[in-house]
Amino acid sequence: MEKETCTFSFCQKPAVEEIETDLLLIGGGMACCGAAFEGARWANPKKIQIVMVDKAATDRSGAVAMGLSAINTYCGENDPADYVKYVRNDLMGITREDLVYDLGRHVDDSVHLFEEWGLPIWKMGDDGFSLDGFQAKEAGKTMLKDGGKPVRSGKWQIMINGESYKVIVAEAAKKALETNRAATGIKTNHYERVFIVKLYHDAKDPKRVAAAAGFSVRENKIYIFKAKAMVLAAGGAVNVFRPRSTQEGQGRAWYPVWNSGSGYALGMQAGAELTMMENRFVPARFKDGYGPVGAWFLFFKAKATNSLGEDYCMNPEYLAEAKAKYGKYVDVLGTAIRNHLMMKDMKAGKGPILMNTHHAMDAINKSFTEKLGEKEGKKKVKHLEAEAWEDFLDMCIGQAGLWASKNIEPDKTPSEIMPTEPYLLGSHAGCAGFWCCGPEDLGAPEEWNKKWPGGSYNRMSTVPGLFMCGDICGASGHKFSSGSHAEGRIAAKNAIAYILDHPDYKPTIKETADQISAELYLPFEVYEKYKTYTTDTATNPNYIKPKMLQTRLQKISDEYFGGIGTWYMTSKTMLDEGLKQLDMLKEDTSKMAAGNLHELMRCWENYHRILSVEAHARHIMFREESRYPGYYYRGDFDLVDDVNWKCFVNSKYDQDKNTWIVKKVPYVQLVP
Amino acid sequence: MPSYVITEKCDGCKAQDKTACQYICPNDLMALNRDTMKAWNQETEQCWECYNCVKICPQQAIEVRAYQDFAPMGANVIPMRGTDSIMWTVKFRNGILKRFKFPIRTTAEGSVDPYKGKPEADFAKLKQVGFFTTTKPMPVIKK
Repeated sequence: MEKETCTFSFCQKPAVEEIETDLLLIGGGMACCGAAFEGARWANPKKIQIVMVDKAATDRSGAVAMGLSAINTYCGENDPADYVKYVRNDLMGITREDLVYDLGRHVDDSVHLFEEWGLPIWKMGDDGFSLDGFQAKEAGKTMLKDGGKPVRSGKWQIMINGESYKVIVAEAAKKALETNRAATGIKTNHYERVFIVKLYHDAKDPKRVAAAAGFSVRENKIYIFKAKAMVLAAGGAVNVFRPRSTQEGQGRAWYPVWNSGSGYALGMQAGAELTMMENRFVPARFKDGYGPVGAWFLFFKAKATNSLGEDYCMNPEYLAEAKAKYGKYVDVLGTAIRNHLMMKDMKAGKGPILMNTHHAMDAINKSFTEKLGEKEGKKKVKHLEAEAWEDFLDMCIGQAGLWASKNIEPDKTPSEIMPTEPYLLGSHAGCAGFWCCGPEDLGAPEEWNKKWPGGSYNRMSTVPGLFMCGDICGASGHKFSSGSHAEGRIAAKNAIAYILDHPDYKPTIKETADQISAELYLPFEVYEKYKTYTTDTATNPNYIKPKMLQTRLQKISDEYFGGIGTWYMTSKTMLDEGLKQLDMLKEDTSKMAAGNLHELMRCWENYHRILSVEAHARHIMFREESRYPGYYYRGDFDLVDDVNWKCFVNSKYDQDKNTWIVKKVPYVQLVP
Repeated sequence: MPSYVITEKCDGCKAQDKTACQYICPNDLMALNRDTMKAWNQETEQCWECYNCVKICPQQAIEVRAYQDFAPMGANVIPMRGTDSIMWTVKFRNGILKRFKFPIRTTAEGSVDPYKGKPEADFAKLKQVGFFTTTKPMPVIKK
């Protein structure tokens, strides 16, 4: 099939703005907001410039755009070593314990800042009941940094009133960028609505990354940012598998629908080594609305059962079978294993699986009345009911709407839960991402720090000058919002050190501005060239629109790589066939067509999704076991095989040659 | 639950320098029809129901209606976001009404002073673990 090229014979040539700077932050979510805050403090005295580029508006961009009802990582009184054990258990034994410990010992400082900046944090009242952020302030409760006692919904989680969580964190980041403008004299260092498509290697040192190119989604303009170092935090990959929803509901993805795999794709194209891309997350959530279940399980102590009222995590037959295949990991009942047991019941026709919110509320009602008497008890129950609704209204408003649509009052009616379609991410309960340098002081192998290619800089990828954080720093899940912010800060501080250690470096690229424009605007050229050939621009044999590109990707992923359609089951033969189909889809991306800037973004987002999925499939293929039962199964290796596979799987993609190198890397336990 | 714009209420943010919903949507969904000067959601199946367009609209012209591929009709959820708290009205299909008010921030909008009272960066510590704010030694793994 002949490839299309862009010569601007049909579409309009865009304006080009080239910006040369020191530190480039790609993304505007929690991680890059952390990077801006920490980075500017180190950069300002040395007159180092920091530029942030965000595809949306930073006030409401990234995974926290809607808000959150809890901060899931706050160590407080706990030992970071216990945090490592918890993460290790939940991720089936394989994590980079140096990175996880490092995150655990840094994260609280970010949470303390959030509270100072104005995030309302629940506190424990004198009567043992919770106070919201306002009540706590009025009652003169101590701030967390001074030893204040948060309301814990679990060992690591604290409750917040988080509707404006991202707005508050963005405000601090924007102010930090403002101080950098004042210190360096640059006019602009915050670009919103600019979508980065590709990273470019340095012309003189092809191992190194020198530039990032993208386009404005508001005007015909290409941006080329040349930088001495970059912090990449462009999110995980959502809507890469066929979703359970069929039409409008596809937008109601569990993870943010705008996380399009850009974080993975940009790093892969730069040649950064990936790790644990076989990992995925399949959360069990309230059906269709995908509202959070954490508070219901941990805070309200609700139980999930099958429709016969049986606890599927206690079924002796299921447990014995699981134990025979998956060994000791069944004992700790991590998230993946619980999914596995739930699906056993679903396949046996014992569904729907129910979250028994009504029983939980009953029990609370009874205990409050006993403790406080009828009147005061009722008042506290009403407060608690509001807290349950706030859990949705802060972070998943659609679930509140769905309950209202179905007349579900949680104290009267249980709600159905269901495992979702798979997601690729590294900051929530997953660990797919890049292989990064860690700290030197935790006893990790020197290959993970002192002997790092390009030098020992915490959170630097295998590409010198390219730092990773948030969803894309791999093998270190369970960072969540606070941990992503803290990791962004670690990455930015080390990126500044890197810049200071390489004072003579000047980024140059071999590609010209015209070449880059032609590459990025190809979907416009294709569309304009062919659009009049048919009477309806949607259906045309010469191109593929972004929506169909996404649909085809989702169908391939679902049917061959273990999506909902096969109950998450795949195998070597299925993966082989799927990868053939994916290769043709990848070829077809040279015929992506965009009728406007919005569609141009969708085209490239879906290209990023395709690369993310390819990495995922190749890793699953390489790992000949089922490390994450409940998330995916290899039918040909349906076991957890610690003898051969208690190791990391790393890979490297060569975009020019379209080849992959996949390998094992030994796992090292650091926390006893 | 894709967002929708009520024709009568939307004024295309004529008085502002940019359309509020178009500015804020994290997924670039809100567009302005230049002929009618009204906003619309151009890709409803990619709407996460984050409600940021609803919350920001100065005319309260934007609401959300449930995804019709799984939600029965008739309910709605409407926020009123103030400077320090948010009010929610949840209307059930069967008419039940629930109202909630939650705090959203404890400081005035725009008042964050990120480095106030914070130490300067100490470059002697640049290559050590910890942030510029770190004052105590960082713990390490005990063997």
